[in-house]
Amino acid sequence: MAKPRNYQTEAIIIKKTKLGEADRILTLYTPHLGKIQGFAKGVRRPRSKLAGHLELLTHSLVSLARGRNLDTITGSQTINSFLPLKSDLDLASYALYLTELVNKFTPDEEENQPLFQLLLETMQQLCQANNKELVLRYFELQLLDKVGYRPQLQQCITCQTPLEPVTNYFCPDAGGMLCPNCRPGQPLGYPLSPETLKVLRFLQASDYPTAQRLKLTPDLSHQLEILMRYYQRFLLEREIKSTAWLNNLAQLKSSQSTPA
Amino acid sequence: MTAEAIDKLIQELNKLPGVGPKSAQRLAYYLLRTPEEQTRPLAEAILSVKKAIKLCSLCFNVTDADHCPICRSDQRDQSQICIVEQPQDILALEHTGIYRGRYHVLHGAISPTEGVGANDIRIKELIARLKDSPVNEVILATNPNLEGEQTAMYLSKLISPLGIKVTRLARGLPFGTELEYADDVTLSRAIEGRQEF
Repeated sequence: MAKPRNYQTEAIIIKKTKLGEADRILTLYTPHLGKIQGFAKGVRRPRSKLAGHLELLTHSLVSLARGRNLDTITGSQTINSFLPLKSDLDLASYALYLTELVNKFTPDEEENQPLFQLLLETMQQLCQANNKELVLRYFELQLLDKVGYRPQLQQCITCQTPLEPVTNYFCPDAGGMLCPNCRPGQPLGYPLSPETLKVLRFLQASDYPTAQRLKLTPDLSHQLEILMRYYQRFLLEREIKSTAWLNNLAQLKSSQSTPA
Repeated sequence: MTAEAIDKLIQELNKLPGVGPKSAQRLAYYLLRTPEEQTRPLAEAILSVKKAIKLCSLCFNVTDADHCPICRSDQRDQSQICIVEQPQDILALEHTGIYRGRYHVLHGAISPTEGVGANDIRIKELIARLKDSPVNEVILATNPNLEGEQTAMYLSKLISPLGIKVTRLARGLPFGTELEYADDVTLSRAIEGRQEF
C-alpha cells in the first residue's frame, strides 16, 4: 500500500538505534502498518520536544513524513507512558523482552492488528496483574498464535488421535504434540507432563481475564518457560538476547532472598 | 579510477561517526592538498592517542597516567562517588563546577535487547571499589532514558545492602524549554520531586 506524504499512526516504540550526533532510528509497532522504522531527528538532545514521547515502551500517536528511504518523525504525543514499567527493574526487563519477541517474530510493514492489541494489552497487564510470570507465559503462547506458529496441542500431529493423559512429546519441527507411539525417530521431542499440557491448552484458549484465574505455581511456570524458549529458539534460529538478562535478574533475586 | 592510496584514505574516513562517503571524499582531497607539516601532526595525534591513553585503574576515566587527575587530587571529596555512563559525561558534570566528589565510569548502560548485561559494563569493579572504602554516598548519574534508568535501578539493588546511601540525579524539566511539550514521565517526576521555593 502506498503511504501518503504525511501520515499519523498509533505506535508502540519497540527499539531504538543511535544515529549520528543526536538522532535515532526508531522501530515502531503499529496496528495497521505493522512494524515500521522512523527517523527521529535530534531526540538525543536534552531540549528535544519529542524525546520523552518516543522513549521505548511508550504508546504514542506519531506523525511521520514520507522520506526517500526512511520516514521522518515530525510529531509525537504520548497516549500511555506506562510509567509503572519504567519505574521497576523487573517490569522494565519483562516489557523489553516482549518488544524483542515482537521485533524478531515480525517482518517489516505487515499489518497484524491482533498482535498489536496483544502487545498493548500485555503491557497493561504487566502494570496491574499480580502474577507477572503468568502474563509472560500467556504472551509467549498467544504471540505464536498471532504470527502463525500456533502449536497443535489437542491431538497427535502424526496419527491425529486425541492425546491420552500420559507423558506426550512437544516437537518443535512438527509444530505440536506427538503421542508416545509416534515419538520414536523424532529426536527433538520434548517430554511434557499431562499437567503442563493442560495449562498450555487453557492459556491457548483463554482471554486475559480468564487466564488470570489460573493458579500458576513457580515450578510449572518454569517448565513452560523452558518449553517456550526451546520452541522460540527453534523458530527464530537465533538467541533472544534479553533472556540472558532475565536469568541474571532471577539469580540476583534468589541470592538476595537467601542471606548468606 | 583514482589512486589506491586515496581510495584507502576515503574508506577509512568513511568509518568515522557522522562521515558519509561524500564528506570522506572531501576530507581526503583536502588532506591531499594540504602541506605535509600540517597533516603530519594529525597522523601523529591519532597514533599517540591510542598509545598514551588508557583507563584510570580506579574510576575508568580516560587518562595518560595510572590514576586520572580527579582520582589523584586530594582536593576531591572521597566520600562521594558519581556514577556515569561514559567519560564525556564527566566533562559535562565538571563544567558545572558544583560537584567535588569522585567518579566511576561504567562504559555503557544495561540494554537487555542489545545483549548488554551487568557483566559487560564496569559494575563488578564498582562494587569491589565500594567495599572497604570511605564512600558514604553513591550518586547515580546515568542517562534519564530507559537504559540509564534500568542501570540505576539495578545498581541501587546491589549497593543498598552495603549500607551506602544511594541517590539519583533529579529528573525533571530541562532549563529553557516549555511545559506544554513535556512528556508524562518527565512531568510526573517533576511534580513528585518539586521543592519548596
